[in-house]
Amino acid sequence: MGLETKLGNMGVVTARLEDLINWGRTGAMWPLGFGLACCAIEMMSAQASNYDLSRFGMELMRASPRQADLMIVAGRVSRKMAPVLRRLYDQMPDPKWVLSMGDCASCGGVYNNYAIVQGVDEIVPVDVYVAGCPPRPEALIDGIVKLHEKIKRSHPLKEARGQAIKV
Amino acid sequence: MADPIIELVKNKFADAIEEVIEFRGETTLVVKADRLLDVCTFLRDDQKFDFLSDVSAVDHYPAEPRFAVNYHLYSMEQNRRLRLKVRLAGADPIVPSATPVWPAANWHEREVYDLIGIKFSGHPDLRRIFMPDDYLGHPLRRDAPLVYEEPQFTHNFNDVGKRKPYAKE
Repeated sequence: MGLETKLGNMGVVTARLEDLINWGRTGAMWPLGFGLACCAIEMMSAQASNYDLSRFGMELMRASPRQADLMIVAGRVSRKMAPVLRRLYDQMPDPKWVLSMGDCASCGGVYNNYAIVQGVDEIVPVDVYVAGCPPRPEALIDGIVKLHEKIKRSHPLKEARGQAIKV
Repeated sequence: MADPIIELVKNKFADAIEEVIEFRGETTLVVKADRLLDVCTFLRDDQKFDFLSDVSAVDHYPAEPRFAVNYHLYSMEQNRRLRLKVRLAGADPIVPSATPVWPAANWHEREVYDLIGIKFSGHPDLRRIFMPDDYLGHPLRRDAPLVYEEPQFTHNFNDVGKRKPYAKE
């Protein structure tokens, strides 16, 4: 309803191309739900009907990394799983973002031992960290909204020309 | 109640059994490593201890003998549990594999080899089962490091942050 007021007589609306690109990217961001451990339950409950993720365009978690653009690492990553995680991240096409959900994915959590990677940012570059053990679904949604705001602040055309680093 | 079986085993394998420990209803036979398979085969066939519950190991560093491998047996007919213990020295610990006697020992022995480093001779497929294949060391030994990264407090926040291997892209 709000867009029609700006149309004028000709039915044309103008906007910056970068804003349109960012709006398209945040509007329907398909997550690759990499649910590993307990945080996966909270991610599932965020996806379910009470705290709905499909109002952000994330109707379902894509199983294949080729079709996803947001990787939500939910849970502790063990040393044996780390190469698999990196391979899935490499298989995602650009543009891609990583959201590290929970304490174990952000910093190793309560596990400081031989088996668990101390933070998934040793393997993949992370955009947003969501703290909590496990974070409530509202906290995960807050992290997703922060990621949307981060994307809306970025300049994709300048990045394509090499004038700005990817935010 | 427990004595007839223990007396029978002690009489038959007098040279193989070093001691018998009885603690709160649990019986442990300490067996020499080279006679382990004879004792195991006798217990499985004659005394019907057909269920191997667990194979685990303990590291007593710095006390010698350093390692102790525990075999937990259970007899379904008699509803009886028994433990066999093999003490091993710290340098180059090798014990015969119990896989020919109980096939369940296959993965249990792989776990012991992976985490403590005791080799099992005659094992069909002795390789790592938990840690990645190129991992060096055995994590559950007493002289292996406990924490992998120093906890990051306010006073060493920047130092730990500099040493952390962040992924660039």
